[in-house]
Parts: sequence; C-alpha cells; structure tokens
Amino acid sequence: MSHLLEVKNLDVKFDTDEGRITAVENISLSVDQGEVLGIVGESGSGKSVTAKSIMKLNPGNTSYNEDAEIILDNENVLQFTSKQDLKKIRGGKVSMIFQEPMASFAPAIKIGAQMVEQLLIHKNINKDEAKSISVNMLKRVGIADAEKRFNQYAFELSGGMRQRAMIAMALSTMPKLLLADEPTTALDVTIQAQVINLIKDIIKEYQMGVIFITHDLGVIAQVADHVAVMYLGSVVEKGPVNEILKNPKHPYTKGLLQALPDINNLDAPLSPIPGNIPSPLDRPTGCVFRTRCPHHNPEGKDGKIEMKLIEVEPGHWVDQCGIKCGQNG
Amino acid sequence: MGNNLISVNNVSVNFDYQENFISKKQKIHAVNNINIKIQKGSFFGLVGESGSGKTTLGRAILGANKISSGNVIFHDDERDYDLTNMNKQDLKEYRKKAQLIFQDPYAALSPRMTVRDIIAEPLEVMKITNSRQETDERVRDIAAKCRLNIEHLRRFPHAFSGGQRQRISIARALVSNPKFIVADESVAALDVSIQADILNLLKQLQTELNLTYLFISHDLSVVAHVCDVVAVMYLGHIVEMGPSRQLFKNPKHSYTKALLSSIPSIDPEKRSQAIELKGEIPSALNPPPGCVFRTRCPNPGIDCKGGEIKMGLTEVEPGHWVDQCCAL
Repeated sequence: MSHLLEVKNLDVKFDTDEGRITAVENISLSVDQGEVLGIVGESGSGKSVTAKSIMKLNPGNTSYNEDAEIILDNENVLQFTSKQDLKKIRGGKVSMIFQEPMASFAPAIKIGAQMVEQLLIHKNINKDEAKSISVNMLKRVGIADAEKRFNQYAFELSGGMRQRAMIAMALSTMPKLLLADEPTTALDVTIQAQVINLIKDIIKEYQMGVIFITHDLGVIAQVADHVAVMYLGSVVEKGPVNEILKNPKHPYTKGLLQALPDINNLDAPLSPIPGNIPSPLDRPTGCVFRTRCPHHNPEGKDGKIEMKLIEVEPGHWVDQCGIKCGQNG
Repeated sequence: MGNNLISVNNVSVNFDYQENFISKKQKIHAVNNINIKIQKGSFFGLVGESGSGKTTLGRAILGANKISSGNVIFHDDERDYDLTNMNKQDLKEYRKKAQLIFQDPYAALSPRMTVRDIIAEPLEVMKITNSRQETDERVRDIAAKCRLNIEHLRRFPHAFSGGQRQRISIARALVSNPKFIVADESVAALDVSIQADILNLLKQLQTELNLTYLFISHDLSVVAHVCDVVAVMYLGHIVEMGPSRQLFKNPKHSYTKALLSSIPSIDPEKRSQAIELKGEIPSALNPPPGCVFRTRCPNPGIDCKGGEIKMGLTEVEPGHWVDQCCAL
C-alpha cells in the first residue's frame, strides 16, 4: 500500500544576504492514514521548515532540490505551481495548527466568519451549510456555547479555547493530513492534557495522518506512533516511539533524554548537551552533530563520514556515525 | 527570625480594573493573603498555571508591585527592611540586595549595548563602584563565574545563542552582589539541552555566592529537580506548600495531584493517566467564594461544593501545608 504522505530526499535551502543556508538536508519520511509521526528537535533543527514544505508555505527565497519528492495522495506537491493546485493542498488535503492561536486568527474578523470562509473555498456548499458544519465542529472539540463562540472574536476566547477553535477550523474541511506545529507548547499542562486527548480522539475518529512537531519528548511519548529526531536540518534517528525513547542509539537522542528533568527520578543529575547548536551558515560537514558529540567516533571527528541512516532494527534507523558513537558510550 | 531571609505576611495584591470609562471600577484579586517564609540559602519554588498570580507575588516581594495589604520583610544581617514602609534610600539599598532574572533572554538585553556595558549597568546606576577599572574587574569576575568567555565581552547580544544570553542576564543580575534572586520562568524559553545547563549553573552559583532563590515556573519537573521548598498557587492563593520531595511524592491537594498527573510521561506505555480538569482557571475579577478550586475540582466534597469553607492552609505533616478544603 502506498503511504498517505511520502517525503523523499528533501533539501530545503534559503538564499539570504549572508549566503545560502541549508535548513533541511536529505530528509525522507512517510506517514500513513491514522498514524501520528512525531518530529522532535530543538529550535533551529528544521522541523517547521519540513512541515511547511509539504504545503509549500516557505518564503520566496526558498529553493528545493530537483530530485526531491513530496508525494501526497499520489501527487508530487513540489511540482505544484498554479494557484488552483496549491489551493487543493493548503487547507484542502492538508491543514495546519500552529503554536500561537492568537496569531493565527485574524483579530478583527469573527471566528465563525473565518471558519465559514475557508469552507466555502474548499467545499462546494452554501453559507448555511458551512455554518452548521462549523458549529458542529466547535461542539465536537468541546467548546461549550458553540453558537455564541461562533460569533465572537479571537481575543474573547481563552488560550485553551482558542487552540480548540483552531483545531476545529483545521478539521472542518476534513483534511487527509494534519500538520500540528507545537500545538500545545503555549498551553498550561492541564490544558495541554485536554488538547492532547482531543487530538488523539479526533485522529481515531477521522483516520487522518498527522505530523506532530514538538520539542517536548514527553508530549511525543503521549501522542506519536513513530518519531523522527532532527538536528540541524537532518534526521539523526527515526523509528517506532517505543524503540526511540526506550532504546535510543544516537548520542543526540540520548543527550535529549538525559537533559530532561524526570519527575519520577529526582536523583538523576541533569546533564546538558555541551556546546551550542552551530549556526546554519557554518553547518558542519559530515556528521552534523560532531561539534557537540560527547564521545567522538574518531572517524567522525573530521567530518569524513557522510550522514546516512542505517536500519539497526526493523523500522529503527540511525545515522551511521551516530551508531558508532553510541556504541562507544 | 533566625534563618529566614524573606517573610511574606498576609500579603494581598489587588489591581483596579475598569472595562471602559463609564463602567464600574472593579478589583482584580491577583494575590490573596499569602504567608511564606523563605529560608536563607534555600531554593524556593513557586508553581502554578498562567493567571495564578505567581509573577505578581514575585514582583511584590521585589517591591515592583504595590502591596495592597500585609507586609514583606527582608531580614538582612544588620537590620530588617519592611517593604511596605520604605523610604527611597532603603529602597535603593534593597535593590542592590534583591534582583530579578527574566524569562526571555532575547527581550531582556538591549541590542545596542555591548555585553560588558549590559553587565556593568547596574554597578553604574547604583553607584557601587568608584572607577572604571573597578567596574571592569567586577564585570570580568562575575562573567567568569557565569561561565561566559571574557574575550566576548565586547560583542553585542545578537552574537550569542539563547543559553549564552541567559548567562549574560544572570551575570547582570548578580553583579551587584545580591543575596536574593527572583528567577521568573528563567528557563522556560530555552531548549531542554540548554535548560539543564542553566539550572546547573544556578545551583552552582547558589553555593558559591550564598544566594537564596525564589524560582517561579510552570514546569513541575524542573521545580521538583531544583527546589527545596515548593508552593503551588492557584487563582491567587497558595493551595499547597511543603518540602519539595515530600510534596511531589505525596501530594494532598486535588489541584497538585491533577497538575502532577498532567505532566506528559516520557514512557510511551504510560499514556493518558492525566486527571483531566474540566474547563479553565476562572477570572480573578470574580473568583468563586470559598475554595477557589472547587469549580474545577475532580472530587469536590459536599461541604466545599457550597463554597462554605474558607481558604486557609493547615499543616498535615511537619512543614507540609494544604488548603483546608482538601485537607478535610
């Protein structure tokens, strides 16, 4: 069976005044129906850029490599250029939820009007039908007084409710793929728990594929089926969530897990990953992580080993330099 | 008052609120009747969701918010300072001894000043040093303690990463040689790998420089790791307070329990054990009477449902205080 979404060998580069920046290099991912792919990584690791490429939302100075493919529903999104085609994916087949819902709703337009507008663009229905779909969707995501909220502005809603409304809006067009970019990061833990449960229920109900981007490994453990760990534009490790979190191989994945304060193990020291993420302008050659790697693989030190994922166990892929580093420590 | 550095006695902070110029003036009860003692050399944690009043309380203790009732006493070696009753001279002295580290290291540092000038500014404003040479010495000294590269002091903040910037903010806060530091969400904007580094640095500086911290955070796992004593706030009240390990191992208040269960577990096999709280934190304009948590409480007793039990802490174990509604 072919995947719902398949990203093959994707490079994303930005042309800036200071030179050409490699934001994402040689990424391959796939998502099936009803599956949640989690992408974890720190700021600057290229997780959002990857997601935005799927909707071709990256800015004008972006260039993609020619042999890259983003196959969504048997069509290569990267070859879409006409507005007509792009409209099919943006909000049609693919919807996106952002981190800051206040910034994603237009402040001076009622929430209901925004929901109806996008439905009219993507579906062949009239205003009344669009309204009833929207109100039902608001009810579905747990907003009390949906009719009243429909006629309110974004600022009148609290943070958690705004995020629910955002989810309702993203889902009302029945997309096949949902991109969730840090959807719970701005929320308090109790509200985060509510929103995570909501997203999980909805995935089950509508059988859509989801890419869930976050920097929080705890959230990943709660929602994802598969995980890809990104560092400086490259996937350094990917596989089933259980494997990655319980049996990490790459020193970066291990480092992330050790740096995380665990409430069940208060005696464990917090061990930071030494150093800082290098600027994408001077991205290391070879293994991207080698400048911060705690136990250098002697061969990886000079950057002579190219980045390449190798399957260590069924479905569990690790960068080849990282496998050796992981074995040494 | 022996071992205490800060005593907060029955402190409330209210803000006036007027929706528009013809509507009635209302009061926002941001912080209500708080009593805490912060011991010398302790790492005191304040946790709660947004809108719980933790920042307001932190600022009130620093004298940056007006205290509506109650008082805050800072016990210095020679004398006590009463924050609610302080002249300008005293306030200047207090500012040298109590400092704040902010959340966002990108917004807190002026982009037009060099790192040296940023760190030196408090010394110059408070007229602590007498010569440029002395200032430079102290700046270099504190920068080294915060593990900043001395060679980089002439650079501007844009050249630094988030973690390095936060170290600059810490150096700036510590340069006047304070005794008390309020760290308001100081690691919230950082990546996990860097967050661990800054937490370790704060711990290390605490022993090196004899500091006392009030550490404000919404992240319970971070607080559990670094703090000795923790107070949990909800809607302007402290609902539970006690030694950190005791409190996290054996939480008594329903809100603390719900918060703890909401932390997403790193173990994929332990999914959705969260005690789900319904709804959201009520408005501080008209908090529910009685126990403020009862509108969201997963297991409200018959008594607290009516809101007849007033807020107030009782001691359930030595040093472990719980709001009486949940202690019953």
